[in-house]
Amino acid sequence: MNGDHIHLEFAVSGNNFASAGSASEEVKGTLKKLGIPSCDIRRVAIAMYEGEINMVIHAGGGVATADIYLDRIEIVLADKGKGIPDVELAMTPGWSTAPEDIRALGFGAGMGLPNMKKYTDEFVIESEVGVGTTVRMKIFFS
Amino acid sequence: MTVNELADILNARIDVLADGEREISSGYCGDFLSNVMGKAPADSAWFTVMSNVNVCAVASLTDCAVVVLCEGTEPDPALTERAKQNEVNLILTGLPVYEAAVETSRHLG
Repeated sequence: MNGDHIHLEFAVSGNNFASAGSASEEVKGTLKKLGIPSCDIRRVAIAMYEGEINMVIHAGGGVATADIYLDRIEIVLADKGKGIPDVELAMTPGWSTAPEDIRALGFGAGMGLPNMKKYTDEFVIESEVGVGTTVRMKIFFS
Repeated sequence: MTVNELADILNARIDVLADGEREISSGYCGDFLSNVMGKAPADSAWFTVMSNVNVCAVASLTDCAVVVLCEGTEPDPALTERAKQNEVNLILTGLPVYEAAVETSRHLG
């Protein structure tokens, strides 16, 4: 607990699909303990997991933070990966650059970013080629 | 319909049973994990042939009631292990995805 809110921070390791999702699981568990409605927890879990997976597949990992307030959660996913040349294109449902071996695991449907936008109340993505990508998401509790 | 009842209906082998009395209210068929994340309703039975460890994370995070591995697919040992840890119901059937879903739908009413 940090004053008026709970701050959680996770290192997401790159190319480790076995541990991918552990940050989302922990946030989900925390929200459950706080008595947040399950429909909200589901939205948070889905949006955060998609972000985690993106960092694992495309960016060699990164840092995920979650700040939980009384009325909302703010999630920031920051990586120092290769960046996204055309963010608008990357937001297109079904568009993916995931390689074949990643698709064989069931990823790479091109629905990650669209899902993150769909399940959040605020979604901002900033990316610079060669520098990295930062995604900021807010979900208000019902 | 409960997970236990679905397992009977599909003549399924139980791999991990965290809560056999959990109610199933819907279903979803798919192998692309992001499609499942985006479209599977909560409390659904998820029919898939995908058997790696990531299936557990997706099932848990989407709050799906049970994963039904179809077509005689065997789960990776890591999937079984993770499902036990995360308390995700996981059952196995020899039925094709379509037939398993149709059979489930008939009983969902």
